[in-house]
Amino acid sequence: MSDWYTTFANSGVGSTLVTQLGLPRPAVLRRYEPGQPLLPGPAVLGTAGEGRLRDTVDAVLRDAGVTVLTADADERPAAVVLDATGVTGPAQLAAAHDLLAPAVKRLRPTGRVVVLGDPPAEAGTPAQAAARQALEGLVRSLAKELRGGSTANLLLVPEGAEASVAGPLRFFLSGRSAYVDGQVLPVSPADVPAGADDERPLAGRVAVVTGAARGIGAAIARVLSRDGAHVVAVDVPAAGEALAEVANEVGGTALQLDITAPDAPRRLVGHLRERHGGVDVVVHNAGITRDKLLVNMDAARWNAVMAVNLQAQLDLTRALLDADGVLRPGARVVSVSSQSGIAGNRGQTNYAASKAGVIGMVRAWAPEFAARGATVNAVAPGFIVTEMTARMPLSTREVGARLNSLQQGGLPVDVAEAIAWLAQPGAAGVNGQVLRVCGQSLLGA
Amino acid sequence: MSSSQPRRAAVLGGNRIPFARSNSAYAQASNQDMLTATLDGLVARFGLQGERVGEVVAGAVLKHSRDFNLTRESVLGSRLSAATPAYDVQQACGTGLEAAVLVANKIALGQIESGIAGGVDTTSDAPLAVGDDLRRALLELAGARSVGARLRAIARIRPGSLVPEAPRNAEPRTGLAMGEHQAITTREWGISREDQDELAVRSHRNLAAAYDRGFLDDLVTPYLGLTRDQNLRPDTTVEKLATLEPVFGTDDPAATMTAGNSTPLTDGASAVLLSSDEWAAEHGLPVLAHLVDAQTAAVDHVHGGEGLLMAPAYAVPVLLARNGLTLQDLDFYEIHEAFAATVLATLKAWESPAFCEEKLGLDAPLGAIDRDRLNVNGSSLAAGHPFAATGGRIVASLAKQLHEAGPGTRGLVSICAAGGQGVVALLES
Ligand SMILES: NC(=O)c1ccc[n+]([C@@H]2O[C@H](COP(=O)([O-])OP(=O)(O)OC[C@H]3O[C@@H](n4cnc5c(N)ncnc54)[C@H](O)[C@@H]3O)[C@@H](O)[C@H]2O)c1
Repeated sequence: MSDWYTTFANSGVGSTLVTQLGLPRPAVLRRYEPGQPLLPGPAVLGTAGEGRLRDTVDAVLRDAGVTVLTADADERPAAVVLDATGVTGPAQLAAAHDLLAPAVKRLRPTGRVVVLGDPPAEAGTPAQAAARQALEGLVRSLAKELRGGSTANLLLVPEGAEASVAGPLRFFLSGRSAYVDGQVLPVSPADVPAGADDERPLAGRVAVVTGAARGIGAAIARVLSRDGAHVVAVDVPAAGEALAEVANEVGGTALQLDITAPDAPRRLVGHLRERHGGVDVVVHNAGITRDKLLVNMDAARWNAVMAVNLQAQLDLTRALLDADGVLRPGARVVSVSSQSGIAGNRGQTNYAASKAGVIGMVRAWAPEFAARGATVNAVAPGFIVTEMTARMPLSTREVGARLNSLQQGGLPVDVAEAIAWLAQPGAAGVNGQVLRVCGQSLLGA
Repeated sequence: MSSSQPRRAAVLGGNRIPFARSNSAYAQASNQDMLTATLDGLVARFGLQGERVGEVVAGAVLKHSRDFNLTRESVLGSRLSAATPAYDVQQACGTGLEAAVLVANKIALGQIESGIAGGVDTTSDAPLAVGDDLRRALLELAGARSVGARLRAIARIRPGSLVPEAPRNAEPRTGLAMGEHQAITTREWGISREDQDELAVRSHRNLAAAYDRGFLDDLVTPYLGLTRDQNLRPDTTVEKLATLEPVFGTDDPAATMTAGNSTPLTDGASAVLLSSDEWAAEHGLPVLAHLVDAQTAAVDHVHGGEGLLMAPAYAVPVLLARNGLTLQDLDFYEIHEAFAATVLATLKAWESPAFCEEKLGLDAPLGAIDRDRLNVNGSSLAAGHPFAATGGRIVASLAKQLHEAGPGTRGLVSICAAGGQGVVALLES
């Protein structure tokens, strides 16, 4: 499933037509492929404020073979990294402007801007908090100004979380974050294993993906398997034929299971224990919609959506936590939420409630997971081009797909990349967070 | 291995596609299509992509000439390693179980470590043969060297020779359909219409309940849009079945066998994964049960006066005696429901002192069984019976049932087959 408009607008005839009609011409995004370098060109690195992460960032870039340029170099950068940790007041933000303005002007298409700052909540003075918070406004606005498939994101790094920076920084610079734009991601201190294998970061791990027979779930199964994991693909028995195909394609196994069945937690735990001795990665992706305006919605629609999208996630996760030794040390749970759970959506009170519930769930569970050296996070997709959205009326679909800074719908693989990255050892410092994969959607921004 | 006792083959699980009614969901699917899809479902369930399994053994009762090397061709089309050897077997309706016995025996002897046993049949895509006249004429035509000879060969073809011969579900030596044979046995043993209908209803209820509790979640993979057996009627009742007209033995005004208590023609396929305990452990696959022993028997339904489908009644006592068991030592019984009356006549024979003494040469009858342990997850009356696929369906689901019931649980599989044959096997968890 591809975004036909993006493909068309970038073809020979399409490009001419699109220009003449004054239509937006969405860029072809830089998406990750195995063996790809972290960046297709050099990076500019600068600081505003004290810049306590400068050396960390410099090491990440050099380790990845990226040439680090000074702000005034002639060469066009593929990325600009601004270390704004330690800004004490608004005056210091001038340095941010001074670095970014010339560098961003020369930024190559599909470029990346990553700003690192301190969490505003932990500021010592109002002026400091103001400067820290200001970075958010800067990054979110810059993300809207960038063209050519470039993105801008902000990492919030508290004191003591330096070791947690490398993984998220690499993610935002790489093609794995193609459709993640205008986001603010807080990291926390964590034991991050050194020497991550970027080609097969999940080698030897067992990953469960629910709703894996098609759509985003099938893409998640493919990406996790590409990254080295053995995938246990779960879907309802009725979807078994497609599920078997996905499992065979990714060299994993198919488990036909309705996650809302009363004995589903017991069966899943038993299966993982008996067949794999445990599990490292759990992706709660299965989800359904039963749209109706609230006043017209019957109990069946409400209950079905809650059961699949929320209650099953709670029950399965609880059972995995309680089953001795099944959730392995360093385990990762990633829940698929939705933009609707953040912004709300007409006709989706049930769906949005369930998806907002998921966000509450991962936040509440984060400390318990952290205590086990594990993490639990949510990914909130925006408009993703799937068989489901392909059935929407053309105009609704085309408008929906373009209400974001990248002017296009995301692909299932974009959501999958974000999830697979959260499952990596290097993402240990991201816990209890909601990562939006929405191209900086205008909804709920 | 130092002991003379060979090791036992483990049953690790199975896969089948839902069984379809003839000329319906699978009307366009060939034997090879269905067997390949079934193997692929098994591969997905057990993570066997690219695996070189010791041997794949399967068969079909109704075969096209294009089904040459059917099992090997299906393996080549599947996700198993292309270096997996395979061969075809055929023992009528006993094919699937016999395939499992063959695989288990090689595992027991240490000749292979793992194997897949299967079976497939289609009554929708059944081979149509040309009549003998046309066949001779065509052979002559192919061999003709001159125009004249060719014309002479063509001239021999008459409109009447163009009518194809459909395969008949009839015994070659008696010309009687299987149902007609069973009707004779049904009458001999005095099996009532009510008992047959009740057994049929139970089969539907048990299979429906098995689906509802998720028992079939890891035994069946949907195929071509079909997610459950098409023949299954969860809400059928004895009253509804009582309204059906008899279809076999109708020369008798008291005929009892109807479409409701006889299995319909069906399309489908099944496969079972077997291995040594070591192979199972290496692959992280739990053992559901072991295939302990098996026995075949045959009766003379042509001249010997025995019922065509009664051979299992002879095979089971031999199997039990060899294993030092009584019929009541078994925890679960899977007796293939070719017809409801087949099951009932077999049970009645084992209860009959006369039959057990005269025909089986036993001092005492085998006795009655606890009916609540019979075909507990439904059988062929509800699921349907694609001939060669039935054995695999039963072995996999019985093994799972025994595993759920706990270690040391024993189960019997009994399957009657055309030609007066029977294949039976003993499983233990
Ligand atoms: N497509 C989008 O634009 C979009 C946007 C935001 C969020 N999401 C979320 O992403 C997830 C995947 O969406 P998709 O577009 O791929 O949907 P999809 O309908 O294509 O796939 C969902 C899968 O979940 C399975 N499933 C449903 N109920 C189940 C149950 N009880 N047990 C096991 N499996 C079950 C379905 O059979 C299906 O294969 C969902 O949680 C959805 O809410 C999608």
